[in-house]
Amino acid sequence: MDVREQYLAEPYQTAAQQREATFLGMWVFLATEIMMFGGLFLVIYYYRLQHPVGVGEAVHHLHSILAAFNSALLLTGSLCMSLMVQASRLGDYRRVQRLLLLTAFFGLAFLAVKGFEYGWEYREGLLPGMGPESPLKEPAARLFMNIYLFATGLHAVHVTLGVTIILGMVVRIHFAHMKLPERAITLEMVGLYWHLIDVIWIVLYPSLYLVGRAV
Amino acid sequence: MSQKNPAADRAPSYLADEHGLRTWLLTTDHKRIAILYLISVTAFFFLGSLAASLVRIELVTPEGDLLSPDGYNRAFTLHGVVMVWFFLIPSIPAVFGNFLIPIMIGARDMAFPKLNLFSWYLLVGGGSFTLYALLAGGVATGWTFYTPLSTMFSNGHVVAVILGVFIVGFSSILTGLNIIVTIHRLRAPGMTWFRMPLFCWSLYATSVILVLATPVLAITLLLVAAEHLFGIGVFDPRLGGDPLLFQHLFWFYSHPAVYIMILPAMGVMSELVTAAAHKRIFGYSFVAYSSLAIAVIGFMVWGHHMFVAGQSMYASMVFSLLSFLVAIPSAIKVYNWTATLYKSNLTIDAHFLYALTFIGLFVIGGITGLFLALLAADVHVHDTYFVVAHFHYIMVGAAVAGFFGGLHFWWPKMTGRMYSQLWGKIAAVMIFCGFNLTFFPQFLLGYLGMPRRYHSYPEDFQFLHVLSSTGAAVLAVGYVMPFFYLLWSLRYGPQAEDDPWDAAGLEWRTSSPPPTHNFLETPIVDFDAYEYPPEATHGRS
Amino acid sequence: MDDEFLRLWPQAASDHAHAIDWLIWSFTGMMAIFVVPVFVLTILFAIRYRKGTRVSRDHRPRGSMKVEMTWIVLPFIGSMIIYLVSARLYYEVKTPPADAMVIQVVAKQWMWKFQHPGGQREINTLHVPVGRPVRLNMISQDVIHSLYFPALRIKQDLLPGRYTALWFSATETGRYEAFCAEYCGTDHSKMLATLIVQSPQEYQRWLSQSGASESLAEQGEVLFRQFGCSGCHGPAAVAKAPTLEGLYGRRVALHDGTSVIADQAYIRDSILLPHKQLVAGYEPIMPSFSNVIDEEGVLRLTAYIQSLGEGEQGEPHADSPRNPPPEETAP
Repeated sequence: MDVREQYLAEPYQTAAQQREATFLGMWVFLATEIMMFGGLFLVIYYYRLQHPVGVGEAVHHLHSILAAFNSALLLTGSLCMSLMVQASRLGDYRRVQRLLLLTAFFGLAFLAVKGFEYGWEYREGLLPGMGPESPLKEPAARLFMNIYLFATGLHAVHVTLGVTIILGMVVRIHFAHMKLPERAITLEMVGLYWHLIDVIWIVLYPSLYLVGRAV
Repeated sequence: MSQKNPAADRAPSYLADEHGLRTWLLTTDHKRIAILYLISVTAFFFLGSLAASLVRIELVTPEGDLLSPDGYNRAFTLHGVVMVWFFLIPSIPAVFGNFLIPIMIGARDMAFPKLNLFSWYLLVGGGSFTLYALLAGGVATGWTFYTPLSTMFSNGHVVAVILGVFIVGFSSILTGLNIIVTIHRLRAPGMTWFRMPLFCWSLYATSVILVLATPVLAITLLLVAAEHLFGIGVFDPRLGGDPLLFQHLFWFYSHPAVYIMILPAMGVMSELVTAAAHKRIFGYSFVAYSSLAIAVIGFMVWGHHMFVAGQSMYASMVFSLLSFLVAIPSAIKVYNWTATLYKSNLTIDAHFLYALTFIGLFVIGGITGLFLALLAADVHVHDTYFVVAHFHYIMVGAAVAGFFGGLHFWWPKMTGRMYSQLWGKIAAVMIFCGFNLTFFPQFLLGYLGMPRRYHSYPEDFQFLHVLSSTGAAVLAVGYVMPFFYLLWSLRYGPQAEDDPWDAAGLEWRTSSPPPTHNFLETPIVDFDAYEYPPEATHGRS
Repeated sequence: MDDEFLRLWPQAASDHAHAIDWLIWSFTGMMAIFVVPVFVLTILFAIRYRKGTRVSRDHRPRGSMKVEMTWIVLPFIGSMIIYLVSARLYYEVKTPPADAMVIQVVAKQWMWKFQHPGGQREINTLHVPVGRPVRLNMISQDVIHSLYFPALRIKQDLLPGRYTALWFSATETGRYEAFCAEYCGTDHSKMLATLIVQSPQEYQRWLSQSGASESLAEQGEVLFRQFGCSGCHGPAAVAKAPTLEGLYGRRVALHDGTSVIADQAYIRDSILLPHKQLVAGYEPIMPSFSNVIDEEGVLRLTAYIQSLGEGEQGEPHADSPRNPPPEETAP
């Protein structure tokens, strides 16, 4: 008998059924996340079409190099995540924990850089609200900065959530609340979520920082 | 079909399995969660009805003398927000979907039982949040939260209401997710897609909409909240923002949301009609696929809410065409139900009267929907009482008739008790008459030019408004009656048999009420849905 | 607004209104063909086939492709015919004739402001001549409103930040009510107006009685000087700004290689969001006037610019980017 059957939740008959259901559920959840950010991308590109000059001005002020560095951080984190999922299937606790911590580190580094970037932009007067006088002349440029702040903010919330979940996993493993490789599927789900955060950033980064930079 | 499941007789029912409030609040049993949902949506229904009563009483006189203008605006906002998000959307999917889908497909529970309970807590949490805001200061934006009215010209409680709706949106998403995974992965051996009851098909289609459309509402409302709270204006016209963009995003959710309300009721209808007719449904696959067609096409028609909003003329023409297309699958269903009655063996119980109510009101609501899809006609009747009447025929008339019909049909299964048929029939007739008296005059009002959301109105509209308010009083009595006789039946009603209606379907093969795990042994399904005898004589008739 | 005891059908004051009534009735008739059988058969079957009746129930159908196709295809064809009719009517009601008289409408919480070409202003009342096409050029100062004339069977939302149009040609003189149809806040239900359709003579009399000393364009000219527009755009200006003579209706080449027709929307954007569509060959140096001029002021300025002469629309050579040498603006 498959050892995983001991971990069957109530409604399931077989481990395979549970595995498939978990995967399907996760993918459906990821689809909702994509629809959510999809609405945001629609807003971004609609205004890009409506106000090319204003958006161009705003894009010109964004720190794309810093954001590129941030993308690299996030992608490296994702690599660690993939390696972690592989290790979890082999039941290598130490390696899993190390890689999880590494991923969390990259996530936190991303957030730190993002925070630094916000601070920089705030001092330049790019962000809405109080602060020094904005160098942006176009109303539409300020509109775009609003969307920028909202989109990156929402993404940062997702990263924070992801880091929290990862650290939660580390704690669970530490106190031996998770048996590997039997419960590797939980870590795989965490991995999927983390990759989604990554994918969203990969689309968000060019949409906000790069397109229309030449203008 | 009427023989009992011998194993189920020995197991305690899900109601008697454990006792105490704690076992209810921490339950992961889909049937108990369904009961929790039933109680909470009933509470929200009465709250929304209270606001509706205020509105209808105010409109008896043209002057606007009962409530202040803002008081009136708050009342209809409260009515809309509570009814749409806290009653109609969770009503059938979360109550009957939760209770019946696992039983109908022969599963022990929903795919993610803990998530299921969590989504109920989200409903209650989001509900209390919204309720607090709506009562503490009130919001007068209308349930549509149109910008810039909602962002720049209204009070601070808008954010609280929006967050409440945002939270309850996640409740919908999780319910939808649960239903999709359950239907995909937990069907009993032999239960193929085309052996499933049509209720499951329609809820599957509903769940697809819930999962794909709700996140768009979530992000849209978050943008509104951010604009209101922090001045991060994305729709701000002073910065070149486009208020029409908000409307596009909002209706991209809110038009499919109408199908979230009506598709489950259509699923209930397929069950009610076949069970009353004791006959297999006419054109099973057409009815099944029409649910999916509605879900898919329903995503492409949102622009018909914006024919006079300033969108491009050609966009309007395309949206109008698509709106005519989405009416076809609905028509298919109605025609198939009618054909099902042909050569049937019909018993006329209370739930069948609700089914008739549904057909009558849904057909009128659907047809008037086509008037609104007619471009040039919509230019006249858009944002008038014609629209109000139309969507009440669909969302209240039909969807609530579906909810009540389902409640009467499955009440013996859910509680193990029979209610009084006579009272049930009286209530159904009252609801039908009261409803038509309330809302039919509003079609005339709308065509006369009475705009919606008016606190006071010109005097020559008064007669029709009084008529409408009179009907509302009859309707209110019709809606309150089931509350009493159903509660009464819990204590004094006779014990229900396993299959009191001689209906087919897995849910009638287990005991009433079902045991905790629905079936003691996983059923092997070797029969089609609606397996009634092919020829006339049936069962105990 | 007759004092009838009970009115069940709205007055009709234009040919379009009669066309809409006709459309509604014919569609109702067509839908009755598809719907009445459902009601009749449902009741008939419910009586005939109730349990215990002795009627034949042999050969029960499980479904039939032919029947299904019938009730799919027939309503579809029927509704497509009506769709085409209504799309045509919609096209007409959305396409104002070129010779229509233009009245400017500005909505704000909770009033309607109308201004006639001669400069006459009125609030919550609109006088128009009978039998003449009237185009309302509309914009909102704050939230979304919607101007609705039930007797004409038309309405159109007014948006902040964008012009929308509504046109009609009234055929019956009289007083008709107008409503705000889009919910706009506290006094939404008090945002009413009266449409007064008059014979041309009466309308002329009304115009002269409520005569404004200056026409819309003249009022605009005052603003043009007051806000210092003439400093850059005027004939004696030193700054490099495009000349405005003959601008209205002309095709303007933009700096990104595209071009637009200089209509009201374009001129409004150029005043309030000057860098949205930058004219080719000019620097983005014009400041935004969005916090300085209200919508009525913009309408007057536009009328003034229009009075400076209209360019030929869609000239064959107009598509090629027109790069005016900077000297052109200097004297």
